Amino acid sequence: MATLKVRNLKKGFEDLQIIKGIDLEVRDREFVVFVGPSGCGKSTLLRLIAGLEDVSSGQIELDGRDITEVTPAKRDLAMVFQTYALYPHMSVRKNLSFALDLAGRDKQDIDRKVNEAARILELQPLLDRKPKQLSGGQRQRVAIGRAIVRNPKIFLFDEPLSNLDAALRVQMRLELSRLHKELQATMIYVTHDQVEAMTLADKVVVLNAGRVEQVGSPLELYHHPANLFVAGFLGTPKMGFLKGQVSQVFNDGCEVLLDAGTRITLPRVGPGLAEGSPVTVGIRPEHLELAQPGQCQLGVVADVSERLGSDTYCHVRTDAGEPLTLRIRGDLSSQYGQRLSLHLDAQYCHLFDADGLAVANPMRAAA
Amino acid sequence: MTTLKQSRRLHSIALGSLSWLIALVIFFPIFWMVLTSFKTELDAFATPPQLFFTPTLENYLHIQERSDYFHFAWNSVVISFSATILCMLIAVPAAYSMAFYETKRTRKTLLWMLSTKMLPPVGVLMPIYLLAKGAGLLDTQLGLIIIYTLVNLPIVVWMVYTYFKDIPKDILEAARLDGATLMQEMARVLLPIAKGGLASTVLLSLILCWNEAFWSLNLTSSQAAPLTALIASYSSPEGLFWAKLSAVSTLACAPILIFGWISQKQLVRGLSFGAVK
Repeated sequence: MATLKVRNLKKGFEDLQIIKGIDLEVRDREFVVFVGPSGCGKSTLLRLIAGLEDVSSGQIELDGRDITEVTPAKRDLAMVFQTYALYPHMSVRKNLSFALDLAGRDKQDIDRKVNEAARILELQPLLDRKPKQLSGGQRQRVAIGRAIVRNPKIFLFDEPLSNLDAALRVQMRLELSRLHKELQATMIYVTHDQVEAMTLADKVVVLNAGRVEQVGSPLELYHHPANLFVAGFLGTPKMGFLKGQVSQVFNDGCEVLLDAGTRITLPRVGPGLAEGSPVTVGIRPEHLELAQPGQCQLGVVADVSERLGSDTYCHVRTDAGEPLTLRIRGDLSSQYGQRLSLHLDAQYCHLFDADGLAVANPMRAAA
Repeated sequence: MTTLKQSRRLHSIALGSLSWLIALVIFFPIFWMVLTSFKTELDAFATPPQLFFTPTLENYLHIQERSDYFHFAWNSVVISFSATILCMLIAVPAAYSMAFYETKRTRKTLLWMLSTKMLPPVGVLMPIYLLAKGAGLLDTQLGLIIIYTLVNLPIVVWMVYTYFKDIPKDILEAARLDGATLMQEMARVLLPIAKGGLASTVLLSLILCWNEAFWSLNLTSSQAAPLTALIASYSSPEGLFWAKLSAVSTLACAPILIFGWISQKQLVRGLSFGAVK
């Protein structure tokens, strides 16, 4: 059992606030990912939880116990660092057993735990090597092993894969996912890589400038971003944004006149929507397609295309100069500067009000 | 026509010759000192200087007769090692806090510490002499140990700081999360990782203490006088005896030279200030 509660947590230096009041709950056996752009405070938040930084104000509770002022050694948490932070002068075996040695466990118990962790992570042949004789991936596994042997209440990961090459990153991502299932452990994971966030998390916490922007399951965040920041941050290529203003309001929706000249009727209603109020329409690349006659048309000019074989990312610009990306299955032979006509499907459009907050779809709210 | 290969070869020969030349120039005084120590006083004075002569040990015998070499050598050993140990005991915690808990003033503190080395020692001779006298530390080993510790502390702190700076803070934090107390973090993680750098710092401190002459001449007379004071005692009242002076200098330098020779690998590492990892 391990549940973590963070209440109104703040961290700052004299004139610089890094964490500006965060409330958060991590449930037992949950895989929670903190994601956000660099400098958003995600690593600081993790370090506050680990006890490596002092809290300015607020409270951290682990299983109902207030650990805000408890030293890192006594929090019963284990952390895997971005730089691995292995003890360079110790063999892999010693690295794994160090915490248990310090805790004064008996030798047999230590051996059993070390061998068990080595088995899970396939480290047996490397036990007598020094860290410098290991590859990046192996070092990372030792760092994870060091956490496993301690059987901590919560595993903390601080961008653990960002020093690995792309292929290894994919492999380790899968291993981490498997490990989470196998150990049935509670994990908190910090990354700036949204693919890691989407694939690993049960729950994603999107952070920006020291605040939580949105918390939810990966797909919930992807399909129903709460604001412009989350909408733009999650998803590759990014969601396209079109500025415009409300031209008409109905009972079950509204009509938006885009700066690019197109009128579109969206099934969105909200208190902030009145005729003339500025809004932003968002659309994901996979929901844009070339228009058929009779469909809502958005005129664009083709920019460069990226052909990936399975898909083509076609970058275009609207007449108002807004960049959009269009994702098409297979190959699209558009030419630079060519005029295209795109279909905006109202069903897939997101609508954000003047403050950048998402406007709810009444159909979904009812459902 | 010189090809690229030839010119490279020429370049490397020229560079090699130059290095040898510089090394010889640096080594020459030591060589000449050792050579002179085996000459008679007459040969030592001869002009032009003689390279070939009948070697004699009479200078060394004379020194052991006139003054007890081992008394001075023992003082040197006790003072150098004690001052070095004391210095490290103070420098390691100081460097730890500066390297891993850096504040806005850390850099300035380090510079200030180093700036004390720019002061000519003679400038503080009077106050220090009076303090030592008042405390009853004149001509005592303890007096020199304290002075050497203080004199070498800035450079030792600076060196240890540089080595600690090379160690990622993550490793210490990992140890803390693993349950290590501050002492365990130091003894089982930090110091073993930094041991190469610490060894070279110890070595440098030993050499500096061993070779220090200004304070030993001014604060000791016989009881606590180290080897540098012994050398000086051969230079003044009876006029200059080159051969004996050379012999006593050789005896004074030999232990630290041999010590340095054995551990030169560490020393080179140390003097490159952590540039070599």
